[in-house]
Amino acid sequence: MSFITSPTSGGIEVAGARASWGTVFRTLLAACLLALLLPAPASRAEEVVLGLSTDRVAITTSFDGSEILIFGAVKREAPIQDIPLDVVITVAGPSHPVLVRRKAHRYGIWVNTDAVEVDSAPSFYAVATTGPLKDVLTDTEDLRHRISIGRAIRSVGAPENITDAAHFTEALIRIRRESGLYQELAGKVALDQQTLFRTAISMPADLTEGEYSARIFLTRSGEVVSQYETNINVRKVGMERWLYQLSRQQPILYGLLSLAIAILAGWGASAGFTLLKNR
Amino acid sequence: MQTYLPVAEVSVNAFLLLGLGGIVGILSGMFGVGGGFLITPLLFFIGVPPAVAVATGANQIVASSFSAVLAHFRRRTVDLTMGSVLLVGGLIGSGLGVFVFNYLKSLGQVDLLVRLCYVVFLGIIGGLMFIESLNALRKTRKSAKSTPPRRPSRRLLHALPFKMRFRTSGQYMSVIPPILVGLAVGVLSAIMGVGGGFIMVPAMIYLLGMPTKVVVGTSLFQIIFVTAFTTMLHATTNQTVDIVLAVYLILGGVIGAQFGTQIGLKLKAEQLRVLLAALVLAVCIKLALELLIQPHELYNLSDLGGH
Repeated sequence: MSFITSPTSGGIEVAGARASWGTVFRTLLAACLLALLLPAPASRAEEVVLGLSTDRVAITTSFDGSEILIFGAVKREAPIQDIPLDVVITVAGPSHPVLVRRKAHRYGIWVNTDAVEVDSAPSFYAVATTGPLKDVLTDTEDLRHRISIGRAIRSVGAPENITDAAHFTEALIRIRRESGLYQELAGKVALDQQTLFRTAISMPADLTEGEYSARIFLTRSGEVVSQYETNINVRKVGMERWLYQLSRQQPILYGLLSLAIAILAGWGASAGFTLLKNR
Repeated sequence: MQTYLPVAEVSVNAFLLLGLGGIVGILSGMFGVGGGFLITPLLFFIGVPPAVAVATGANQIVASSFSAVLAHFRRRTVDLTMGSVLLVGGLIGSGLGVFVFNYLKSLGQVDLLVRLCYVVFLGIIGGLMFIESLNALRKTRKSAKSTPPRRPSRRLLHALPFKMRFRTSGQYMSVIPPILVGLAVGVLSAIMGVGGGFIMVPAMIYLLGMPTKVVVGTSLFQIIFVTAFTTMLHATTNQTVDIVLAVYLILGGVIGAQFGTQIGLKLKAEQLRVLLAALVLAVCIKLALELLIQPHELYNLSDLGGH
């Protein structure tokens, strides 16, 4: 798999690091086959070395959003080429199907009428680039790697009676963009000396838990020359995690706990006020 | 001060939540309504997902009603016999209501039906109470002696079997009308996600002819059990009760309820009813406008993968 996801990182080296000779042989064979099938990547010379300010986001009681710094360098064995390099960074939250409903004026009131299910939409998506997305990435590469917000969403088909399914996907993007869940940060990646890059991505407070994937693409005249992928773990911690898990795994206990808190608080307030009055 | 809610998965201001709980607590103590019809829309407004708002609202009502009912117990304004009879109907009703709710859900449009329910019931009850209590106020102002409240036709109520004595309410009547009232309120409260006090209180005054002072405590007594039942149902089936959110609302609510009870005892019954009617009508108009005016965003999302 590693050959396919990162064709520039030298497949044989990776395979050699593995333990048994059998695996090495099989991977070598696979590498040869792949080499036959795929044309050799144009420039193997440039690779991403990545740093993250944090590889896990802890959601605590006082969590109010988070900012992640993504920074790194371009490692190369050849001199810098004349055509300048561009960097595209994406951060995507776990994807879920989403039902988009539209209201229409019926019998004098506004009612949900049409609905389209978007098969898979990331709960969070940010794409940061060194310049306008159109300039740093060709449409073909965008399609291949699903980089722009529109492409990161997968919508297979709409019910027959809906002819304007595109409006529903647009609405999904518009609503999530307004709440800061989808971000297009053109020009927000700083690239120094064609080598050092960095960007800051702010995540809102209403994050969904899960593995967030951060992808870094190096592009030259719109073509992806190298890519790198890593995960950021977004998790509730401490009391938040304990309560959340209890509500999922022991719902009866959780329900009784919430009722006990309610009754105790009600009694406590009543007793407290009686004490205050009688003094 | 921002605080993160683990089940709702949003971050909100803690003082805002305390304030919301407090206002609803005051209402709860004053009128004997749980305040669900008010807290649920308010929670939507600050960005809590509707499912969590409904379920946690129910949990908060348990606390504020319990706090308020203790105050009423000390003043002996709870009719336990009547409360228990109403409760029997209420629990059966809310079981039925959940069944109806799930049936409507399978048909789609459950949101609209819930909203329409709110507008229709709040409108009818608020309107009737407002007119009636304004007339009562005018009468007391004209003649110094207070006229007794109009009672429904006694003949029909007395003709029914299974008669029981309700000492605190000073009533001797069949258990069938209170059970039916409890049942109807139970169904509605499960569908609308509220305790049902705003329906229960007028029903007790106008249908069962109970004295206003006893009505509030008795309604609260019944609400505690119905909302506790609802909370458990939501916690076990949808897992949408947020304890952290509930704790903030409860803290504000229980304190508010104590103040509310004090205020309620100082006001006259007619004034209390005018105020409650005005409040019910205000919420009704707000919800009706949302249905009538073109919304700013025609589209809305629901995540099918999360909760």
